Amino acid sequence: MFKVNKTIEEINYKIKHGEAVVVNAEEMIDIVRKNGTVEAAKKVDVVTTGTFGTMCSSGALLNFGHTAPKIKAAKVWLNDVEAYGSLAAVDLYIGASAVKKGDPLNAVHPGRFEYGGGHVIEDLIARKPVRLVAEGYGTDCYPAKRIEMEIFIDDLREATLLNPRNAYQNYSVATNSTDKTIYTYMGVLKPRFSNATYSSAGQLSPLLNDPFYLTIGIGTRIFLGGGIGYVIWHGTQHNPNEERNERGVPKTGAGALAVLGNMKQMNADFIKGASILGYGVSLSVGLGIPIPILNEEIAFFSSVSDEEIDAYIFDYGHDYPLKIDNTYGLTNYKKLKSGFITINGKKVPTAPLSSYSGAIKISETLKQWILDKKFFLTKPSVSLPQSGDYEPLKYLKKYEKNL
Amino acid sequence: MISKKVVLRFPEEIADKPLVSDICKKFELTFNIMRANIFPRKEGILTLEISGEENSFNSGIQYLKDNSVSISFVEESINRDESSCYHCGFCVAVCPTEALIITDRKTMRVDLFKDRCIACGYCVNVCPVKAMSLPDEF
Repeated sequence: MFKVNKTIEEINYKIKHGEAVVVNAEEMIDIVRKNGTVEAAKKVDVVTTGTFGTMCSSGALLNFGHTAPKIKAAKVWLNDVEAYGSLAAVDLYIGASAVKKGDPLNAVHPGRFEYGGGHVIEDLIARKPVRLVAEGYGTDCYPAKRIEMEIFIDDLREATLLNPRNAYQNYSVATNSTDKTIYTYMGVLKPRFSNATYSSAGQLSPLLNDPFYLTIGIGTRIFLGGGIGYVIWHGTQHNPNEERNERGVPKTGAGALAVLGNMKQMNADFIKGASILGYGVSLSVGLGIPIPILNEEIAFFSSVSDEEIDAYIFDYGHDYPLKIDNTYGLTNYKKLKSGFITINGKKVPTAPLSSYSGAIKISETLKQWILDKKFFLTKPSVSLPQSGDYEPLKYLKKYEKNL
Repeated sequence: MISKKVVLRFPEEIADKPLVSDICKKFELTFNIMRANIFPRKEGILTLEISGEENSFNSGIQYLKDNSVSISFVEESINRDESSCYHCGFCVAVCPTEALIITDRKTMRVDLFKDRCIACGYCVNVCPVKAMSLPDEF
C-alpha cells in the first residue's frame, strides 16, 4: 500500500549504529515541502515533538515506606497539601490541583493560590525536603495513629508521576465577551474581546503530528518531565471523533494521553508547579514524543505546520461556564502566533499559555537522546481509540490532489 | 532633557495638596500620568513619567520629598528570575505597556523591556511560576 515501508526494529537498528536521521517537527515541515512525502519518509527516521504547558490532570503516586511503628495512613498531607491516602498503608496520590490547607481560595478575588500539589511535585523533583504528616486510626498490624517526618524524593520507595490527561491534541482559543475582566485557567481575559489566549504547541505538539494515533499508543516511550515515561492509556476525555480539517487535524481538544514516568529521573526545568490567578494550582508538564517515520503517510502527518492547524474560539466569559454550545469561529496557529486574530471583525491581541520555546527545547533534547543512543523507540502494544474518519492514505491523497 | 518614571506615594496628611501641579509651575517640568489610585485610608499612589531639564528634575524630586511624598524610580525595578521563567506567555496577556512582549515569533520567547515598565504589578500577580517581582515599596 505504501511506497516506503520501515519498521520500528529497523529504525532502532539505525539508532544503535548511529545512522538514524532525527529531526524535530518544525524541521520536518520544510523537508516534506522540498522533497515530497515519499523522499522525506526515506530520508527521515524519527520526528521529535514537544509541548510544555499547564496540565491540571496530573499527579504523583508515592510510596513513603514503612515507619516504626507502622501506620495505615488514611489521611496524608505533604507541606500541608492534602493527598489521597485511601490506598494501601503507605501509598498515596497527590493531585496537581490540590490547594494548601488554609488557602483563602477566591475569598478575595482573584485568589493567588500560592502553593499546592503541583508545587509539592516540583519540590520533590528539585530534591527539596517535603514535610509529610499522616494520620491513621490504628489497627493491630498498623498501630501508629500519627506520624510527622521530612521526606526527600530519594528516600521514597517509589515516586511515579501518573497523569490521567496530558498532551491534549489541540485546544480552544479563549476570549471574553462580558463587561468585566475574568480570571480563568486560560489566563486573564479582559472585557469585550480585548484579548485572546491559546494553549497548544501547534506544529510541535505530539498528537497534532500523529493526528490519527498511528504510532502513538499504549506503551509508547516518551520524554516526560526531563526523564523517560510511557503512554499508559488514552487520556480522560479522549475523543477521536471531533471535527477535523482537510489534513485530518482536529479543530479542538480531541485526543489526549494518560502518561506515567519515574519522578526520580525528572528535572525541575521541565516540571513546574503553577499558580493560576483566580483559578487554582496546577502543574506545567514538559512532554515530548518521538514519531517513527514508517511510511510516507506518517511523514505527511508529521509535517503539519501552524497554518494547517485550526482552532475554535470560545467565549469563556459567558458561553463556556454555562456550557452553551457556541463558537466565535475558527482561527489557526499561524495567526495566533502572529500576535493578533480577528473576532467579529475586531483585531484582538493574542497571548500563548503553553511555552513554545519550551516545546522546542524538549523536541531538541529528545532528538539528542536518540542521537546519543540513549533513547529507543517502541511499538505500541495497543492502539488508542481511533477516529471513524481514518482510512489509510485518504488524507495524503486529498492533500496531494490539492498541491 | 531627562525623562523618568516614578511612583509617588502620598500619605493621608498631604493628599489635599497640589504638589504635582507645584513642580510643573516651579520647575518647568511636564508629566504624563500612567496610573493613579486612592486607597480607602486616603493615601494615594501615582505613577508618572516626569520630563524636564536635569537640574529642574532633581529640584522637583527634592521638592516632593521635602513635602513627605515617598518616591521610587520605576526604571530597573521590575525583575524576572530567568531560571524560573519558562516563557509560557501568561504575562503577555496582561502587560499594559508591552514591556513583556513576544518579538521573535519563531522561538516565541517572552522579552522584557524594563524601560517600558510602569510597575503596575499585573505580571507579578499573574505569573504562574512567580518569576516576576517588584521591590516591596511598589
